[in-house]
Amino acid sequence: MSAPLIEMRGITKIFGAVKANEAVDLSVAPGEILGLLGENGAGKTTLMNVLFGAYAPDAGEILVEGRPVTIHNSADALAAGIGMVHQHFHLAPRLTVLENLLIGIPGKSGRIDRTRGLARLDEISRQYGLSLDPNLPVSALSVGEQQRLEIIKALFRGAKLLILDEPTAVLAPSEVDGLFAALRSMAAQGLGIIFISHKLNEVRALTHRCVVLRHGKVAGRVDHPASTTSAEMAKLMCGHEIVPPTREASTPGAAVLTLDGISTSGHAGMPLRDVSLFVRAGEILGIAGVSGNGQQALADVISGMLQPRAGTMTIAGKTVTRFSPRELQAFGLGRIPEDRMTTGLVTNLPLADSMVLPRIGTEAFSRNGLLNPTAIRAFAEAQIKAYDIRCPGPMVRAGALSGGNLQKALLARELAFDPKVLIVSQPTRGLDIGAARFIHEKFLAMRAKGCGIIVIGEDLEELLMLSDRIAVMYEGRIARTLPSADATVARLGLMMTGAEGKA
Amino acid sequence: MFRLEARTSTPAWFNLALPLIAIAVTLVLCSGLIAVAGAGVIEAYGVMLSASLGDSYAITETLVRAAPMIFTGLAVAIAFRAKFWNIGAEGQLLAGAVASCFVGAIPMPGYLAMLLMAIVGAAAGALVALVPATLRIKFKVDDVVSSLLLNSVIYYALMALIEGPWKDTFSGYPISPPIEDSANFPVLIEGTRLHLGVIVALIAAPLCWFLIARTTLGFRIRVTGENPEAARYGGISVQRVLLSTALLSGALAGLAGVGEVGGVHFQVMSDISPGYGYSGIVVAMLARLNPLGVVPAAIFLAAVMTGAEAMSRATGVPAFLSDVIQGTALLAMLVALLFTAYRIRRVGAQT
Repeated sequence: MSAPLIEMRGITKIFGAVKANEAVDLSVAPGEILGLLGENGAGKTTLMNVLFGAYAPDAGEILVEGRPVTIHNSADALAAGIGMVHQHFHLAPRLTVLENLLIGIPGKSGRIDRTRGLARLDEISRQYGLSLDPNLPVSALSVGEQQRLEIIKALFRGAKLLILDEPTAVLAPSEVDGLFAALRSMAAQGLGIIFISHKLNEVRALTHRCVVLRHGKVAGRVDHPASTTSAEMAKLMCGHEIVPPTREASTPGAAVLTLDGISTSGHAGMPLRDVSLFVRAGEILGIAGVSGNGQQALADVISGMLQPRAGTMTIAGKTVTRFSPRELQAFGLGRIPEDRMTTGLVTNLPLADSMVLPRIGTEAFSRNGLLNPTAIRAFAEAQIKAYDIRCPGPMVRAGALSGGNLQKALLARELAFDPKVLIVSQPTRGLDIGAARFIHEKFLAMRAKGCGIIVIGEDLEELLMLSDRIAVMYEGRIARTLPSADATVARLGLMMTGAEGKA
Repeated sequence: MFRLEARTSTPAWFNLALPLIAIAVTLVLCSGLIAVAGAGVIEAYGVMLSASLGDSYAITETLVRAAPMIFTGLAVAIAFRAKFWNIGAEGQLLAGAVASCFVGAIPMPGYLAMLLMAIVGAAAGALVALVPATLRIKFKVDDVVSSLLLNSVIYYALMALIEGPWKDTFSGYPISPPIEDSANFPVLIEGTRLHLGVIVALIAAPLCWFLIARTTLGFRIRVTGENPEAARYGGISVQRVLLSTALLSGALAGLAGVGEVGGVHFQVMSDISPGYGYSGIVVAMLARLNPLGVVPAAIFLAAVMTGAEAMSRATGVPAFLSDVIQGTALLAMLVALLFTAYRIRRVGAQT
């Protein structure tokens, strides 16, 4: 193989007492797709931030095509041919695709050189099969298209190495295929790619080689990901075997939550159209579907954030259609929102505050309008212990916790009062294997206790593992509901595009 | 090269240190103006200090001035906690002043008059604050703009009153008739202007702290301010919290006006407030929206105002310096607040 496109040698980065990276070696050759694996907090993001110039390493050096370079900021990184697609996009929503590409690129005598920009965009589109309408405003693009724009942006600026930080977390399965095709074509034409992901099957399908980080150090290297099992890779990441939980056979009880002919309007996303479904006690109902087919509206209606235009909803036989979020909770509904940072928790306040938020007005935490700080603290401390939430204590800012610990905190808060029904959206998005396993086990334990659970998700393997039945959403309707025993990833994928099951 | 880097946590001593640093920076910056005005910096600040806090009478005068700013500071602090951007404390103060003056002019037993003045004044302030809150909830009107503009509406309505139907027939000046003597707030120390309202203001601060820190309403205000989406998801009625906050904030600002009528001026005139409502914003920011911090912050600004007049007489530096100090202090504090979220790091020194 030719000289590496990029080489990181002995990279060490220390934050206070924590060694976020310790003597990490990593290299990418032209035409190579390198997988970077590791649990949350293993140091993947830190390492990439060192490469992209956000942090200066405490030791070690970076070589680009054999020459040592110093990267102080993203401009240096771009000049060295390193482009990064972050998890959260950095785009100006009101500008068009072309304008976003031209941001920061000097034109002739202070004017924007649209003609040259268009030509370059056209060239990139044809070369890698990445097409976008240059005149569409970014706000009109889907998440997948925005990601494509970020990739084009990096290529537009001459990136020879592209870093993608969990790119598939935001994509629907069909979009993932498109992304992979583009990445393969880019690699075939000599670009280097670093692909960061939790999803082992994706890493196995796409990458040529993998580096696994654990506790900031290289825990192992995988030279043939395609012929290595997920279990072996998971073991490298966690340091121990991961046993997938098993869903015991059970007989569900009576329906605890029913929706009958629910339709919505006035919602930002896809509205619901005549949606009827039910979940029984001791049963998990999975909701599959390409993002944007009404899942958000469904979660909002069930949690009381959105009032339906028509239809009825019942919990344990009682009509609760126009109940507020508070009334629904009092009635035995637990919820895990899709966006834990904005909807679930209050990141700037102590963790304890977020954990008691839904029940602050109840006897457990207050009396006659006066808070009971001792009870609040004790509750938070007990949950932190019970759910092994890693944090300095209940009074730490919630925003300081990692995603997995935040999700555990939310789960603790909702499960503490034994809900009859639980509605969760994307419960393990962005979590590492260990944390995801923990969440799955909790769901299955709740199921065994007779809770009816609705899991809205895009990870079909997760849905198949957890669910007793799976409903597929398409364009605001339930296209089809089937027992998970009859479902496969391929079949669900087909139904999600509306191709099957309109019967 | 320097760069701002996000902090993961904020040291506890920052809460106290930031306002002090902001004030120090302000005094250093403003010393330039004093020098330009041709006075000695140390001398000028010395006069300010001794005239505002140098003896017991000066201290009572400073406290009398601080009282309305404690109330408006609390009004702003509580409103901002809920991210209800009440810039209208000035108008709410004026409404409280007019309403309480109206009640105080009705003959009745003194203690009853004072109680009614407080209730009616607070209600008037609350009512005014309800306008921007309702506009925001019902029509998504920006509360910064609406509450700010309402100040002018109230001010000119007050002018129309005292230039017209309410004009004092005895003096002929554009001032309202005085309140009954029996409604004048009792003076606590003979020979000073230290009145009952000052004590009420000093008690109001810990009460507000208790409300924010230890009650469910305070909890809901904090959560709503930090993240309304999570608040709603968590079962809090965000609209109800905003309305409660507006009522509370307006009532506190209204009480500032009550104190000025009952304890200082005994009537309403056009310059009853030298911008105490706006100073409340500076006070609340210096206090970092903590009701307990409002008291020292208000006393600081009051000392600057009281001291600036004496300094002007003694050194010839215009008393407008007090306004400059206020404005600079707010800017310095806003910059200082940046350092709670970020720290400065040297980068690129090594090559």
